[in-house]
Amino acid sequence: MSQSAILTNRKPETGAFFQRDREWHPKAFTPGYKTSVLRSPQKALISLDNTLSEITGPVFGHNILGELDNDLIHNYARPGESAIGPRIIVYGRVLDERGRGVPGALVEFWQANAGGRYRHKKEGYQAALDPNFGGCGRTITDEDGGYVFRTIQPGPYPWPNGPNDWRPAHIHFSIFGHGFAQRLITQMYFEGDPLIPLCPIVRTINNPDAVSSLVAALDMNSTTPMDSRAYKFDIVLRGRRQTLFENKREGN
Amino acid sequence: MVQSLNRLKETASQTAGPYVHIGLTPNFAEITGVYGEDLGTSMVNDRTRGERITITGRVIDGADTPLRDCLIEIWQADGDGLYNSPSEMRGSADPNFTGWGRCPASQETGEFRFETVKPGRVPFNDGRLMAPHVTFWIVARGINLGLNTRMYFGDEEKANAEDPVLARLEHKNRIPTLIAQRDGNTYRFDIRLQGDRETIFFDI
Ligand SMILES: [Fe+3]
Repeated sequence: MSQSAILTNRKPETGAFFQRDREWHPKAFTPGYKTSVLRSPQKALISLDNTLSEITGPVFGHNILGELDNDLIHNYARPGESAIGPRIIVYGRVLDERGRGVPGALVEFWQANAGGRYRHKKEGYQAALDPNFGGCGRTITDEDGGYVFRTIQPGPYPWPNGPNDWRPAHIHFSIFGHGFAQRLITQMYFEGDPLIPLCPIVRTINNPDAVSSLVAALDMNSTTPMDSRAYKFDIVLRGRRQTLFENKREGN
Repeated sequence: MVQSLNRLKETASQTAGPYVHIGLTPNFAEITGVYGEDLGTSMVNDRTRGERITITGRVIDGADTPLRDCLIEIWQADGDGLYNSPSEMRGSADPNFTGWGRCPASQETGEFRFETVKPGRVPFNDGRLMAPHVTFWIVARGINLGLNTRMYFGDEEKANAEDPVLARLEHKNRIPTLIAQRDGNTYRFDIRLQGDRETIFFDI
């Protein structure tokens, strides 16, 4: 089904977005995560009421997707081969703060391989590359905001921050909703990982509930028996203000 | 006790990290054969209307070093001031212009570069016209929540002087941080994360 077919059944949204809760998100300056020290703006952000420039955004049609884009086990693998590691399905919904599914959202994801190694020339970790694993995938949400992809569970990896800092296993997510102001990048963690509370990047977030919302739940009812375990990860984008009553000014 | 508003909280942001290119521009990251072309690489084609321009610049940290691992996305109106978006209710934008671009900074120089058109003017919420501008979103390792700013055009002095967003800024001496200078068909827009000339970032 094409994106436009989804959108024609739904009135285009033109409201401004709810204000971002900047106490809930990580602050810019988080010295425990050392790289943030020189990369965090020091002056106050300037509040800007959403204009058309913020409430609009591009549309990504399903026609951009290849058949294997949401299958990281196979999208980089040689024919007949597959990536090494514990096979998992990651699924969930992209919702807005009003609890409504966001259809047509572009969801992109990237991750290390099962040994915790990224396919990147700047990578400094010695774990082996998997010749059949690239580490990127993408999909577009369905009419209810649902998405699903298949991959291998990434490994944790060490990184140069403290002398012995390890990232918990994680998958990076980029989500493109309907308005440019909804643009979001985050990371998904795995239920039960003991490295989560130790991680300086996780700890850039102060609110424990905000951290919990990044931890995907193991869902043994959505597994594929003798094939894949499943993890559920819902993502919430900013909601839009509803126009309950028109408040038109003279001359508009 | 009161009823719940039943609102969800926005998913908390986490840094894009050093390998954001693997996910968003895999061909640039030398992961080829998965996607045909990196998304957001081309905003225009041969039939795009409007004045062709190049936007280039760097994102510079508090030690005056350009970020060579950041990724920039821009969003802008077409040459007539219309957004190519379903939420655009004023008319149909140029179908040959996406309005959206994505560019990783050069791993050597830190420069980003967009081939685009100069946007037309878009109305502010009270109907007054804003000056032509481009919305920027910057993510990188060390940036915990994507940064939003706007680029205005140095050769639009009259429009800039009456722009409702610029007019509201309290610290007028910071306005130049939002204005790209023209050199031929190229506009240069350096974004400074810290220091005396720290770019204005918006809470949008
Ligand atoms: Fe990572």
